[in-house]
Amino acid sequence: MLRDITLGQYYPADSVIHKLDPRTKLFATLLFIISVFSFDGIVGFIVMTAFLFGVIALSKVPLSFMLRGLKAIMILLVIAGLFNLFLTPGQVLWSIWKIHITREGLRNAVLMTIRMVYLIMGSSVMTLTTTPNQLTDGLEKALKPLQKINVPVHEIAMMMSIALRFIPILIEETDKIMKAQMARGADFETGGLVKKAKNMVPLLVPLFVSAFRRANDLALAMEARCYVGGEGRTKMIPLVYHKVDRLAYVVVIAYFVLLMVIKVVL
Amino acid sequence: MGIIEAKDLVHEYIIRDEEGNVESIRTALDHMDLSVEAGQFIAVLGHNGSGKSTFAKHLNALLTPSEGTLIVDGMDVSDESLTYDIRQEAGMVFQNPDNQIIASVVQEDVGFGPENIGVPTEEIWERVEKSLKAVGMWQYREHSPNKLSGGQKQRVAIAGVMAMEPKCIILDEPTAMLDPNGRKEVLEAVHALNREKGVTIILITHYMEEVVDADYVYVMDQGKVVLEGNPRGIFSQVETLKEHRLDVPQITLLAHELQKAGLAIPDGILTREELIDALQKVADKRK
Repeated sequence: MLRDITLGQYYPADSVIHKLDPRTKLFATLLFIISVFSFDGIVGFIVMTAFLFGVIALSKVPLSFMLRGLKAIMILLVIAGLFNLFLTPGQVLWSIWKIHITREGLRNAVLMTIRMVYLIMGSSVMTLTTTPNQLTDGLEKALKPLQKINVPVHEIAMMMSIALRFIPILIEETDKIMKAQMARGADFETGGLVKKAKNMVPLLVPLFVSAFRRANDLALAMEARCYVGGEGRTKMIPLVYHKVDRLAYVVVIAYFVLLMVIKVVL
Repeated sequence: MGIIEAKDLVHEYIIRDEEGNVESIRTALDHMDLSVEAGQFIAVLGHNGSGKSTFAKHLNALLTPSEGTLIVDGMDVSDESLTYDIRQEAGMVFQNPDNQIIASVVQEDVGFGPENIGVPTEEIWERVEKSLKAVGMWQYREHSPNKLSGGQKQRVAIAGVMAMEPKCIILDEPTAMLDPNGRKEVLEAVHALNREKGVTIILITHYMEEVVDADYVYVMDQGKVVLEGNPRGIFSQVETLKEHRLDVPQITLLAHELQKAGLAIPDGILTREELIDALQKVADKRK
């Protein structure tokens, strides 16, 4: 049952967006999110929508995959929307009993919902078109300047990729321990929240012990293969910017400038 | 001089209590001598706790000797400045296939070693291709290690070591966690590397069947080499092996029991065919 969890939601396809350098995609996503939260107005949102759906179309990822990410935050969206709708003071449009709907409230609710949806969809485009490995590589290279102020960028990236490799293994192990404990009469299903949490102890203790043992083994194996940290390492798949990346940077920056112009002019 | 020379090798595990005082000392290697020629296939046999894994870790400079010397390809293991050179010459494959694969794609894992030692990108790809082909895992290069069988994972681990182009590979019980098919796969790959690439192999194991095809066998017990010789010579000493808590291959044991029962069968039968031949001869004589 636990084995069905898929990690990272990479959708393999042969598209321009897939071929972009992960650093380009990180930058574009960041800029898109900034744009969504700093601009408003009908024209602005038309530009954002056109940009977002243009990219989705280019990525060849079916729209249903994008919308799947929204399902998880549906409740959050509804609650945030309702709070904005009813609790913003201002010019009253309708009022029923003690509840007032104001012009500002309506505006905030709509704006908020659109922003959240675009935030999720925008970042989904990135996670759906980039493998977790590329993403860590991209992060490592993009954050390289931080190494100057003693941030262990390479080590963080290495930890992330090892975590990605071991999550499925540990999930499988959890499954195994769970079954072994259930065979000995452990109960993970019934009881209240506190009891359930207590019942997790016989699952977590062996899992932690085994995780530490694995970490020890892995460290030994890495050392045996001459791993000494980031220094002096070469890359099997070095990140190189291509023509498409340059083009993508131009498009993304043009998009941002366009939004700024619209804001100033209107 | 051989590629590996151990002289009077001693390793002690010091067990300390909470204040750091020495509580007890356990001697894992007790004045061990061993010598390996380049290109050989060596097996080191021993039951659990015989010190064979401790010895293996010395060959890769993961542990350093308490006393005595160990020379790997002309380099002294105790010399800390040579540690990484030794690790390049003597690659190590461990028991648990899952806990030694670092990357989530097969070919990237094989590339991990060369990346560490600073091999240029194009050459990494060449080495990865060569090593994956040498262990017969080339068609799986794009796969996730999690979807491979135990034997396949272990072959990937061997390829990962091969990609560093070592002169010698140490395998520390590489088949202990595998099913019989996986065990066969791994051994075939290792023998092929020894035959075709001339890599010196040191196979640490407690499975007798895996030792039959080795050039030379060392039997360890309590940190010492108690027996050495070619497989036939070793297996003819069924009683001595039993004293060291080791089993002989079933065929050898059967031949030994038949011999004890009075049949004229020679010592050190290793394969089924040899036993059939020997029995045939006995039968012919009786006619």
